[in-house]
Formats: sequence, C-alpha cells, structure tokens
Amino acid sequence: MSDSEKTDQEKKSGIFEKGEEFLEMFRKGQEFTHDLLRENERLRYRVAQLEENLKQKLEAPDSGPRDAGSEDAAGKIARYEKRLAELEARLKEMEAENVDFAQRYIDVEEQNNNLANLYVASYQLHSTLDYEDVLQIILEIIINLIGAETFAIYLLDEKTGILSPEAAEGISRDQIPSVKIGEGVIGSAAQSNQSYFNENPHQDLKKRFSDPLVCIPLTIKDDVIGVITLYKLLQQKERFAPVDFELFTLLAGHAATAIFSSRLFTESKRKLTTFQGFLDLLSQ
Amino acid sequence: MASYSFLVIEDSPTMRQLIRFALNRIPGAAVIEASDGVDGLKKLSSNKVDLILTDINMPIMDGLKLVNLVRSNDSYKAIPIVIITTEGAQEARERAMALGADAYITKPIQSTSLLSTVKELLDL
Repeated sequence: MSDSEKTDQEKKSGIFEKGEEFLEMFRKGQEFTHDLLRENERLRYRVAQLEENLKQKLEAPDSGPRDAGSEDAAGKIARYEKRLAELEARLKEMEAENVDFAQRYIDVEEQNNNLANLYVASYQLHSTLDYEDVLQIILEIIINLIGAETFAIYLLDEKTGILSPEAAEGISRDQIPSVKIGEGVIGSAAQSNQSYFNENPHQDLKKRFSDPLVCIPLTIKDDVIGVITLYKLLQQKERFAPVDFELFTLLAGHAATAIFSSRLFTESKRKLTTFQGFLDLLSQ
Repeated sequence: MASYSFLVIEDSPTMRQLIRFALNRIPGAAVIEASDGVDGLKKLSSNKVDLILTDINMPIMDGLKLVNLVRSNDSYKAIPIVIITTEGAQEARERAMALGADAYITKPIQSTSLLSTVKELLDL
C-alpha cells in the first residue's frame, strides 16, 4: 500500500469515527426531545386537570370539598351581603319616611301660619270697644292678612234698607255707591247671607264697584248688619289662599259682633255722658 | 343660649302682633315694638338691637327715611334691616335695597318666609 493509499484509509477511518459520534449525538438528542415532549404532555395534562378543578369550584361554590378557611370566608361574605341588602332596604324606607316628614313639616308650618293669622285677627277684633278702632282693625286685617288693595265695609241701615260704605281703603268712600238690600251683587249677598266670589272680575276697577271680587256678609246669628266688598288685590297677591277663606269666615262673624258691640258701647257712652251732664245740671 | 333683640317698626298693631308671633319662635328672641320711624329711632338709641324689621308706609316718618338714617349712622349702620310692606312694585323694592335694606318681604307675610330671612341675616 502506497503512502497515499494509507493516508486515504486513515482519512476514511476518521470520517467513520466522526460519523459514529455524530450518530450517537443525534440519537441522544432524539431521546432528549422525546423526553421533553412526554414531560410537556404530562404537564399540559396536569394544567388541564387543575383548570377543571378550579372551574368546578367556581361554578359550584356551595358544593364540593373545601378547606376551613375558604368555608369561613364564604360564610362571612354571605352574611355581609345579606346585611348589605337589609341596610339598603332600610335606607330606602328611611328616605321615603324623610320625604313624608318633610311634607308633614311643610303642612304643619302652613297650619301654624294660618292659626297665627286667625288668632291675631280674632284677638285684635276684640281688643277694643271703640267703634273707629274696630273699623281700623278690620281694614288692617284685610290689607295685611288677606292682601287686598281696594275694598270697602258697607253697613246696613235697618230702617231704610240701604247698605252704605262706612269705611274704605284704596279709594274714597264718596266714590263708592250705596246699595239697596236685595239689589245687585252686593245687595243680593246681604239679603241671602251668602258670600260671593267672582272668578272672572272686570278689568275696569269702576265696574267692579257693582260686581266686586268678593262680598262677605257681616252677620250676627242670622241678622246681616253689613257687607265687606273686595275690589282689587295687592299686586303681589295673585290668588286667594286657603287661609283667606278662613279669614273671610272669621270676619263674617267676629267683625260683625265687634262692630255691633263697639257701636252699642260708643252710643251708651255718649248717652251716659249726656245723662251725666244733665244730672250735673240738676244737682247744681 | 344666645339671645337676639328685634326692633319691629310698624304702625299696624295687627302686623306687630303677627311679626312678634313669628319672631318668638326663635329661642331667646326679644321683640321691641315701635309704631313709626321716629319711635323706632328712639327705641334704637335706648336698646341693643340685632335686627330691624320695618314697614314702609307709616305716619310721622316712613320706613325708607328710617333706613336712610340708620345706614348713615356709624353706631347702627351694621344692623340688618328687613322691609315688610304692601308695596309689591319692583321699583319700590329696588329703591329700598339701594338705600341699604338687606331684605324685602311683601305682605301678606308667611311666618316661615320671614323666619328664614331673619335666620339667614343673623347666621342662625
């Protein structure tokens, strides 16, 4: 064998050895890859198992085995949720009660205001026996408590049957015509002893003298002694309030007795003064 | 308990009584009454007053003249003034406020409205 053949033989033998080594490495790599794939498969199966368990636990929280801690926590959550629902229901009840109390408070305040008005009107009407003062107090009540700007107090002359304006506000008494009982709106209100409320008053104030906004007969028992007539309300008073009708009722009775008794008292006082003067003359 | 002194200047005894009724609902309230502006100034000079409530249309001295005098006096100019009047026109309201009134209430009054105005002015 020549040197060159020898060298070729050695080279081939080296290549075979390398090939064997490479093949061995490839086999080991293949085994390792298979091991990895198996481990991967095992782990994926385990993950799937755990996910399934978790899903079951979440879907059925009240069933299945649990540990003591999670049992206790779930119980607490349930109790808190129940308490929260109770508190929410109570809050709703309290809110409803609150609205109710607020409305009642407004009603009570309104009643309080009305009672104060009625008390003051009644108190003032009977606070004096002076005829002029009584008329002035009636005017004040109608201006300040009812809110009328133009109005009159008619008194009946029983002998003639004529209703004449005795006091007026917002207009001179001379401009208000006297009325015969039974005639027109005012005379009819006096004759029938029925209050009159005009819901469609004339725009012209002068026309309201024969057809007022309101006529309130002044009565003692069934005897009419006069009429209060309202022609115009104050600018800021748009309509009558419920208390105004209570005040009309109060005025119908109390103003009548106050006028009647003060007139009697004033006449008696005048007569007493006359008699006293006469007696003084006699005793001299 | 804090006490408050109110000066009510009003020629109508009926209105004075009604305003007194309303103010007496404030704990510790003391009400001084005067029947016209001059009487009101006299009472103001002889009493400690926390708030003045006055009508406009009164004999001897009207409410607007009174507001003017109170606001031009260093001793009284800080006292809040509430006008209570039958005058519902906007010009009357503007005139009173321009002179120095703090609130303007038209008659017929509602005690709740009067009380809330008074409480607001006194920070009650």
